[in-house]
Formats: sequence, C-alpha cells, structure tokens
Amino acid sequence: MSVALSDLFSRRRKEPADPDAGDAPAHPTKVLTRFVASLSARTQPVLLDLGPVVGANVSFFGEQLGCKIIVEDISKDIDRHVRDGKLDDLPASLSKRFPQESESIDGILCWDVFDYLDKKSARSLAEQLTRVLKPDGVLLAFFTTAQPQPGTRPEYTRHVVVNATTLQHRPYPAARARQRPLPNRDIQLMFEPLRIGEQFLLKTNLREVLFRKKPAEAGTSER
Amino acid sequence: MWKRDEAVKPTSSQPATPAPVVSQPATAPTAAPQPEIRRIERDMVNIGKSVVIKGELNGSEDLTVEGHVEGRIELKDHVLTIGPNGKIKAQVFAKAVIVLGEVNGNVTASEKVDIRDGGSVDGDIIAPRVAIAEGAHFRGSVDMQRKGQPAQQSSKAAATSAQSSSQAQPQPAAH
Repeated sequence: MSVALSDLFSRRRKEPADPDAGDAPAHPTKVLTRFVASLSARTQPVLLDLGPVVGANVSFFGEQLGCKIIVEDISKDIDRHVRDGKLDDLPASLSKRFPQESESIDGILCWDVFDYLDKKSARSLAEQLTRVLKPDGVLLAFFTTAQPQPGTRPEYTRHVVVNATTLQHRPYPAARARQRPLPNRDIQLMFEPLRIGEQFLLKTNLREVLFRKKPAEAGTSER
Repeated sequence: MWKRDEAVKPTSSQPATPAPVVSQPATAPTAAPQPEIRRIERDMVNIGKSVVIKGELNGSEDLTVEGHVEGRIELKDHVLTIGPNGKIKAQVFAKAVIVLGEVNGNVTASEKVDIRDGGSVDGDIIAPRVAIAEGAHFRGSVDMQRKGQPAQQSSKAAATSAQSSSQAQPQPAAH
C-alpha cells in the first residue's frame, strides 16, 4: 500500500514536466536573428503574427523590441473551413481576411502556415501579405521540404521565441495535415514582388526564408 | 473549568453574537491582521453571475466581474478581474486587468494585462506588460509602449531614423 501511494505521489510530481509546461525541445533558427535586426532598426515597428498567440513572443517582440503586435491566427481559419467542409472558400476568405491598410506593417511572422495551405489559398494569402507590408519591410516564413507522411496525426506547431537564435516547437492538434511541400520556384513566384533576402535550409528539412519588400524610391515614399 | 467559563462570558453589556467569529476567515492566525483582512474585503467588489450591467462603470476599488457588462469600465488605480463566468463587451481602463472570462473590446491598463488559461480577448490591448497564457484566446493587437518612447511619431521621422540607423549599423544586435 505504501509503495502504491509513493508511486502515486511521484507521478503527480512529474505532471508539470509535460511539454505544455515549457520544456519542449529547442531548435536553432538562422533567419529570426536577421528579422529581429531588421525590426530593431525601426521606431515602434508594427508586427503581424500569423501564428497562435504566444505569451513569450508577445513579451519578446513587445517588451524588448517595442513592437506593436497584431495577432491574426490563420490556423483557426483553416480549422474552421475544414470543420465546415468549405475549404474551397478559403482563398476568397483569406483575400478579405486582413483589415490592415496597405503598406502599414513593418514585419510579418508567417511561421509555417503556408505548409497547411493549398496552392490557391497560399497565393491568396501571399498576395495580401505583400499588400500590407511596408516598403523595406520583412516577412519570415518557414517551408518544409519533407513529404507529408500518411497516417500521422495532423499537428500545427506553436513557435515560441526563446531568443533571437532559438525557438521552441510545441505541437498542438490540427484539423488539416501539412500539404505537399512547395517548390522553391513556386515560393519565389508566389511572393513577388518581394525578394528573398536570406534563405537557410536546416538539417530538420525546414527552409527558413526572409523576404524583403523593395524600399520606397526617393520621391515616392510620401503617400 | 472555572477560568474557561469566565473567558467565554462577554465583557461588554451587548449580547454576544456568533457573527464576528463566523465572518472571520478560518485562515486568520491571530487577532492582529483582522483589520487588514476587513480592509481587503471592503475594497473588493464582486459582480455576480446573474448581474447584467449596461452603461458606464467607474470605481475606486478592485472589482471582480462574474456577470455581464456592456459599455465602459474605468478603474484607474485598481485591478479588474474578469472571472471565468464574466462576459465583457466594453472598453476597459484599469491599473491591471486579469482575464479568465471573455472580453470583447479594447483593454487599456497602466500596469499589466494578464490573460489566463481559458481567458479570451477580442480587441486591442495597450499596456506596458502583457502576459498571455497558453490556452488563452486573443485576437487583436498588443501595444506595449516602452518607457521614454514617444507614443506617436510621424512616419517621416520614423523612416528617416530607420534609414540612418540601418546605414550606420548594418546588423544591430537584438540583445
């Protein structure tokens, strides 16, 4: 009896060590440093985050960089369309999704949201993001290069910023699995007229890309 | 036995009632902190589950809302707690705001906004510190204006400073 009780208590003590408690594995990131450097050169930059809201990220970008953060969780849109069986409406929905004015955002964190979109929806989203990004603004996106494995449980990843070179990946249930990886050329075309400023292919089969919008030409910057 | 009976007897002429003893929290260790507890109890107001308020709510006490409030809440130097059952459709101004229920509207706090697990905010937050728990819902913007930083600057000035700093320091370190 005493063994069983001690076993019970030891199990209870282990409960807080779950991934939700914040001990998810750390992953190095190359492109976030460049993204942060680009934003830190600006005064009160406006940041658009397409991932789920993460307290640590809000503190990092808000307190340390003085960003105004706008959270638009696209995964919820995808889930809603899957649940309602209206995935065909997703491209149209994404094209009306962003109320932000054109050229009003300094930086966009897409994380890996494009991995969960079909080509048409991805193009629609990229078009909107290109519209709202300021001249010389930066956009960070991750693209997987690995083929989706059938039979695996669909999961999104919550990207938690530990510091400018490290992210924690915390999976959470998704209604839709990752789609086939986008070829590099399609990615480039999708985001035109943005240019790829930096690109890294990590050992984890993740392509990290930093897009940059062309700076406004002298004389046309005043709008 | 004799001494114990004497101690129970009331010293004043007023009849002894059990009320003061009952109102005292069981955790109160001695008689000394009793006034402090009473003060805290007096300075906290609770709007219950069944209460619906439409209009403007001003106050100078900490407030917990478990009911529904529509309109505007202003507690400049005090803490507003929206309990798990609370539903707010209002502009909120307070020293600190703790959200465990639902808020639909902009939240401005002079110290901190804390959205706990299960809490939901649809609106813009302005506060120097914002904590959002995993499992909380948030849609809107967060503005944590750093101290000593002007609230608004012209876009021209911002663009100029960004350009000059990027030229002077090609890759400034984040930390």
